[in-house]
Amino acid sequence: MMKTLFSADGLVGLLFLFNLIVTVVGGIVACNAERLVRAVIGLVVCFVGVAGIYFFLNSPFIAMMHILIYIGAVAVAISFAIMLAAPEEKMRTGPTSPLSGPIGLISTLLLISGLVSLALKTEWTSVTKINDGSVKTIGIQLLTNHSMVFELISIVLLLAILGALVIARGGREE
Amino acid sequence: MPLLTLYDQLTVYLVIAALLFGMGVYGLITRRTLIGMLIAAELLLAGASINFMAFNRFTAPDPALGQIFTLFIMAIAAAEAAIGLSIVVAFYRHLKSIETADAAHLKG
Repeated sequence: MMKTLFSADGLVGLLFLFNLIVTVVGGIVACNAERLVRAVIGLVVCFVGVAGIYFFLNSPFIAMMHILIYIGAVAVAISFAIMLAAPEEKMRTGPTSPLSGPIGLISTLLLISGLVSLALKTEWTSVTKINDGSVKTIGIQLLTNHSMVFELISIVLLLAILGALVIARGGREE
Repeated sequence: MPLLTLYDQLTVYLVIAALLFGMGVYGLITRRTLIGMLIAAELLLAGASINFMAFNRFTAPDPALGQIFTLFIMAIAAAEAAIGLSIVVAFYRHLKSIETADAAHLKG
């Protein structure tokens, strides 16, 4: 089945390719940039691409939550920490030792090639779906099957916020 | 043109998740600062979440389960970022540095 570039499906495929490129480029900037501020911007770009990937995986709700939580909260918190903690002229962000760059690259390439060959060689089978995975289904399951985890995660978040306040506030001279 | 139907194959998502995971590991190994390592950890979590969502879309019988799990991963990641960043700020206030080499005397 051939798909031409200028049909609706072809444009969707083109959008997906663009999404993949955005994700990979953002990730490379995030893990490789000299300055931490640029790394955070790379992280934001990468997360926009990841949200697009979630959109292609039939869950716009998770895509929206990803943008809200990661870009709206985590990336902003990281940039606040950079402004609070890292004076621009003192930042040396290169590798820790001359050996760590090659070691990191080799181990990363081994890991990626292993995971990719695992993904390519396995025969993945698909099954019939028992529901549609809509936001309504997610909400019902969150409050019935997974209600315990749902409550626990809110307690964890509350404790994390309180703990972050306590840790970051200690030692400040008034 | 098979390049335009890539979004319908599980392996593409697995490969992109593996790439993100590898970038996270690379950042964790090579970064000199604590905030850089935290950014790399966020990349790791994003790779894991993409894996969950891909299997959820293509092979799982219950397509709500993977989305719920990804939501939990996001909550844990937010908690991790909050705690980690406050530790970084406290660490900077004590040592005037955010480099991992200066954190060496924290070991027992």
